[in-house]
Amino acid sequence: MATTYRTCPISGLQFEDQAEKLMRWNAVAGVLALLAGGITALLVILTRWPAIKLLPADQFYLILTAHGVDMLILWIIFFEIAVLYFASSTLLRCRLAAPKVAWFAFWLMVVGSIMTNVAIFQGESTVMFTSYVPMQAKWHFYLGIILFAVGALIGCGIFFGTLVVARREKTYSGSIPLVTFGALTAAIIATFTILSGAGILVPTFLWAVGVIKEIDAQLYRMVWWGLGHSSQQINVSAHVSIWYLIAAVVFGAKPLSEKVSRFAFLLYILFLQLASAHHLLSDPGMSAEWKVLNTSYFMYFAVMASMIHGFTVPGAVEAAQRRKGYTNGLFEWLRKAPWGNPVFSGMFISLVSFGFLGGISGVVLGTEQINMLMHNTFYVPGHFHTTVVSGTTLAFMAVTYLLVPVLFKRQMILPKLCQIQPYLFGISMSVLGLVMMGAGTLGVSRRHWDMAFSGAPFQYEWPGAANLMMGLTGIFGVLAVTGGALWILLVVGSLLFGKKLDGGKVSDRPTPIPASTPAAAAVAHGSDHVAVPGTVVLALLLFVCFVLYYFVNWKYLSEVWLLS
Amino acid sequence: MSAILPPSERLWWKQPIDKIEWAWIAIAFVWGMVMFVMMIYWHINGKQNLSNEVYKTSPELFAAKAEKFIAENTVRTETDQQIPVVKVPAGGDGYLIARLWAWYPILELEKGKTYKIHLSSMDYNHGFSLQPVNINIQVIPGYEHVVKMTPTKEGTYAIVCNEFCGIGHHSMLGRIYVK
Ligand code: HEM
Ligand SMILES: [Cu+2]
Ligand SMILES: [Cu+2]
Repeated sequence: MATTYRTCPISGLQFEDQAEKLMRWNAVAGVLALLAGGITALLVILTRWPAIKLLPADQFYLILTAHGVDMLILWIIFFEIAVLYFASSTLLRCRLAAPKVAWFAFWLMVVGSIMTNVAIFQGESTVMFTSYVPMQAKWHFYLGIILFAVGALIGCGIFFGTLVVARREKTYSGSIPLVTFGALTAAIIATFTILSGAGILVPTFLWAVGVIKEIDAQLYRMVWWGLGHSSQQINVSAHVSIWYLIAAVVFGAKPLSEKVSRFAFLLYILFLQLASAHHLLSDPGMSAEWKVLNTSYFMYFAVMASMIHGFTVPGAVEAAQRRKGYTNGLFEWLRKAPWGNPVFSGMFISLVSFGFLGGISGVVLGTEQINMLMHNTFYVPGHFHTTVVSGTTLAFMAVTYLLVPVLFKRQMILPKLCQIQPYLFGISMSVLGLVMMGAGTLGVSRRHWDMAFSGAPFQYEWPGAANLMMGLTGIFGVLAVTGGALWILLVVGSLLFGKKLDGGKVSDRPTPIPASTPAAAAVAHGSDHVAVPGTVVLALLLFVCFVLYYFVNWKYLSEVWLLS
Repeated sequence: MSAILPPSERLWWKQPIDKIEWAWIAIAFVWGMVMFVMMIYWHINGKQNLSNEVYKTSPELFAAKAEKFIAENTVRTETDQQIPVVKVPAGGDGYLIARLWAWYPILELEKGKTYKIHLSSMDYNHGFSLQPVNINIQVIPGYEHVVKMTPTKEGTYAIVCNEFCGIGHHSMLGRIYVK
């Protein structure tokens, strides 16, 4: 198929026509899903806020099902497909493999999204996004997710195909860039994930239409979390790639060591799959040995990988800043960072929130015995709102500030509000995560409409602090929704009304990435070594928090009833 | 901008790794090992481990066993619904049914005694969430989970259901007395 290539005058990035359109459409579909997810988020938070309790029970559970599906599945994955196309076609400066198939995949995902949402809002598919059997949704709830997943799987195939095209047509020389490598990690994990998803959702769909009689409830949970957990690893790979991308674009930062960063991505592929175990730690059907093995051997290597990225990303920024002369003290490099640039501030808040809140809480939650203190409490959504929201979602928001001018050729409107947005969303979401974890530590349940247990034969009074935490959840939840809504307004507003920018030269053949000359490589290598003491201090701080919080929870555990 | 360009050093895998990076990798690795050992240590020396005693069952089988237990050990009934309060024999077996939308029956335990509490669900997944102790265990239909528990303090405890189980989920509140 004949196509054209545009070289963006702002960034120097080269966009192939079909890839560019697909990125735009996937990103826009993602934003629409985020909009739906954001509206449902507001309704959820206003219902869980004990002083308001907006919705009746049936509507609350319906809306919460929609929130989980629209956010975690639709928003995140549409955006990730755009990231995959960017990391392959744009960064490798080549055409997209099989664009027609990519469009087919996109429309399949759209049809699937609509189908599942229709099923949810018709009201007989209130099963939460986890849809644990034997609770049953209507057939089109499952079919929609299956179609969406098939579309996403094809999208991953297009990504792999594009890597092959680039290699064959020699649009670059040497190895693929680190960001593309990270995206490759994400796509490989996605393939595994979606196959496990098919392994459970296809039988569940057949069960919903009456072909299969029964599905074992424990088996379902195990295979489902093969999908549910590994897909979180896709998100981590994707947002870590974006951290590296932003560090490279904003600071011209290069990874401290390509080897270490790539090795860390590789660990994600090798070791995260069976960490699905940490969703089953308080389940009956698995042995303690299985749980310990899968949460440690498989998970701690992935944790190690995240700790490595958590060091090398700020380390790369610090090294770049020090090279520019910000060498005073431990933290001049950080103080003099462009805090008014939403691309950077969003990325940095994402990094800190993911590391300090999401990472630490996740490992503690994933410890076999400690899990009993938190399983299915509000702690769990508290934890993952600091991973997939203030981590992944915020990273996606930050990179969008970069992409709107480059990909959509529009200037962002209202730059002052753009500056504020990452702080508003990132900080309120981080605090929201913290107070949710606080409430969960006091026992408050997730997915629960009524802390007063109306209609129950008995009463139970939650500790006062739990009610306080839930009130704070309400306040910071509303602030977070405001921050999210502001981002949607700014992005959509810019797409519609932003100043049109020059798209740059269009040519009908790609300009390959110039091979780095040996001289340039020698310069990059020789004079290059810069120490990163500030990052070391930050990393040690993280480590100390981690160790303290970890052992505090063992202490809590030692105080409950004896269990064996 | 090398994270978005092919590595400028073509043989990047031959580049030496900086000492400080090695140190951090080592810290992360050792810490992972500590966390691994900690779980095993707790299995040996800790006093809070989730039981591994599990049997496949069916709602009918489990309900029959529970009914027998209730018939033999009920000491009184409570509330308008006449929910039986069942005294679990010290050191013996107690049965707790999770169903839409109740924990049945009410159990009576003694402080410091160890009990084998059998948990199973008659229908959907439910969540055993003992409050204010805050112990949380998944309850799955088709599986009978035998959890050994030793209450450490007297009082009236609530069992909240913390796995979504339908429209009445919030009203699924059970009770345990510890004397
Ligand atoms: C914009 C602000 C947001 C707010 C205020 C918010 C609030 C909440 C709250 C309070 C819950 C827990 C409800 C409960 O268990 O009773 C929840 C659940 C959840 N949220 Fe969010 N959320 C937001 C954004 C997001 C985003 C961006 C994502 C994903 C990328 C997300 C994914 C989820 C998921 C997967 C659940 C679990 C649903 C379930 O239990 O089935 N949320 N959210
Ligand atoms: Cu229940
Ligand atoms: Cu329930």
